[in-house]
Amino acid sequence: MGKNTTVAVPKKKVNWKIYLKRYWQLYALIALPLIYLFIFRYMPMKNILIAFKEYKLNMKLGDMPWASNHGMKYFIKAFQTPDFIKALRNTLMLNILDLIAGFPAPIIFALILNELCFKRFKKVVQTIAYMPHFLSWVIIYSLSLQLFAPNGGFISELIKASGHEAIPFLGEAKHWVATYVGMGVWQNFGWGSIIYLAAIAGINTELYEAASVDGAGRFKKMWHITLPGIKPTIVVLLIMNLGGIIGGGFERPFAMANPAVMNVAEVIATFVYKVGIKGLKFSLTTAVGLFQSVVGLFFLLTANWISRKLGERGIW
Amino acid sequence: MKVKSNRAKFGDWMFVLLCVLVAAICLIPMLNLAAKSLSSTNYLIRHEVYIWPKGFNLDAYMKVLADPKYLKAFAWTAFLTVICTIISLTMTALCAYPLIFPGLKGKGIINVMITITMFFNAGTIPNYLLMQQLHLLDNPLVLIIPSCLSIYNMIIMRSFFYGIPDSLRESAEIDGASFFTILLKIYVPLSKPVFASLALFYAVGRWNGYGDALMYIKNKDLYPLQLLIYNILNNINSVEVATQEGFNTPGLSESLKSATVMFSTVPILLIYPWLQKYFIAGVTMGAVKE
Repeated sequence: MGKNTTVAVPKKKVNWKIYLKRYWQLYALIALPLIYLFIFRYMPMKNILIAFKEYKLNMKLGDMPWASNHGMKYFIKAFQTPDFIKALRNTLMLNILDLIAGFPAPIIFALILNELCFKRFKKVVQTIAYMPHFLSWVIIYSLSLQLFAPNGGFISELIKASGHEAIPFLGEAKHWVATYVGMGVWQNFGWGSIIYLAAIAGINTELYEAASVDGAGRFKKMWHITLPGIKPTIVVLLIMNLGGIIGGGFERPFAMANPAVMNVAEVIATFVYKVGIKGLKFSLTTAVGLFQSVVGLFFLLTANWISRKLGERGIW
Repeated sequence: MKVKSNRAKFGDWMFVLLCVLVAAICLIPMLNLAAKSLSSTNYLIRHEVYIWPKGFNLDAYMKVLADPKYLKAFAWTAFLTVICTIISLTMTALCAYPLIFPGLKGKGIINVMITITMFFNAGTIPNYLLMQQLHLLDNPLVLIIPSCLSIYNMIIMRSFFYGIPDSLRESAEIDGASFFTILLKIYVPLSKPVFASLALFYAVGRWNGYGDALMYIKNKDLYPLQLLIYNILNNINSVEVATQEGFNTPGLSESLKSATVMFSTVPILLIYPWLQKYFIAGVTMGAVKE
């Protein structure tokens, strides 16, 4: 075998001419996405410097003077701004409540669906449950008005008709938080269940048959077979959710908020919009955004690390 | 469950009942909205409309349809959605396809570059300042270009491409097909399910999105539908809305607002059930780790 191979393949030195002749088209294809990523994902990163500088209109980024306190002025200032502290608190509070109420909901729904033995019916229920995911937050806000407005709201009128006092679902802090979290669960539980249903479908059906032979009931099987079967999926999604505990989008809190509950409805994303883009305090809000990104990344890495320590697969 | 016994029968019906309840919770808000949009003012003022319209009429829809501002926003958003979906799908395929070639040099670096953008975003203000530097503020392109590639969706498409047998590609290569031809003639036709699923994701994202318009667009003619509706619901700039007399009358304003919201939701509600098979596959694929 050894002697015959002398003629074959020269050492692994790449002949670029031949390589590029063969592969140039692939680089041409991916060029556009890479240029896009460079411009819209990497170029803004240099603007992060504004967090450490005094932002001046009509001045180039490089010419702006550095902020005092070794450039940390605006980070210190953020934590001396009561509105930011409030936004930070609200972000954490709403995200944690979302996690507590919103994380188990899709799992429970998937378990329920899995128990249905009528296939057509199951499909109809699924289609209906996916519907809220396709509504925008503006629409969901309008639905919450239709349901919970003190006068004419569907639920409010039902409560009044049953002789109870109207509940200020939208106008009082605690109730608004409950409404906010509730609408979030409503929007996501069906969509979130897709992944768990897929995981359940991957469980070996022989396990269920064996358990039935051993006399295990419905709930025993759920607890001892289905749940352990989807545990890896649960862990991965939990990591992602924990990683997002300080993050959070803009469109949901912005749409759902109203002036009466700003004390609990203002989150970092809406704070940055109002104080930054509307109030033009660019340095302060860039610092706030950077703080949020870095802490968020830290949470994600930590959650991933913990999950690996516990012997689960991480997200990478 | 495969094995059934007679004892389980009662339990089965319990779960059916539970699901009916869940489905009702999903549907009631929409039914309530639809009922309000179709009811007459008298009943609305007395708060007597629940999930069935009372004093059925189409006045509110007629008013909305007669409002040029609203129709313009509707058409503009539909146009944006189509353009965005086409561009985004193209960009996603262009990004995903080269990455499935094991021999591609620099793939490692490209993957790292891509992954970083998934976990770290420069932030709202740096992005805003970039749009300013690129003269994209108040420019309709700002609603199309900055969101034209989702890395998450790219990964879904790439996983799908991985599932197409290498042998197909290799035999085409031997026949002398270029990589571009292989993409067009083999990968795209075989990937209809993933294209359908991602088209839905991109289209819904654009149709429902309003945050970028709120931040980057001041010119009201360029407002997408959702932002217009947000302003209508909150009575912001109601002077700008042609049907403003209607929006300020109690009762009528109720049915008008409901009709406005219904009108913007119906297109999506009509489309998504038909794509269910595809988007389920898409979501599931996004969760698969390589």
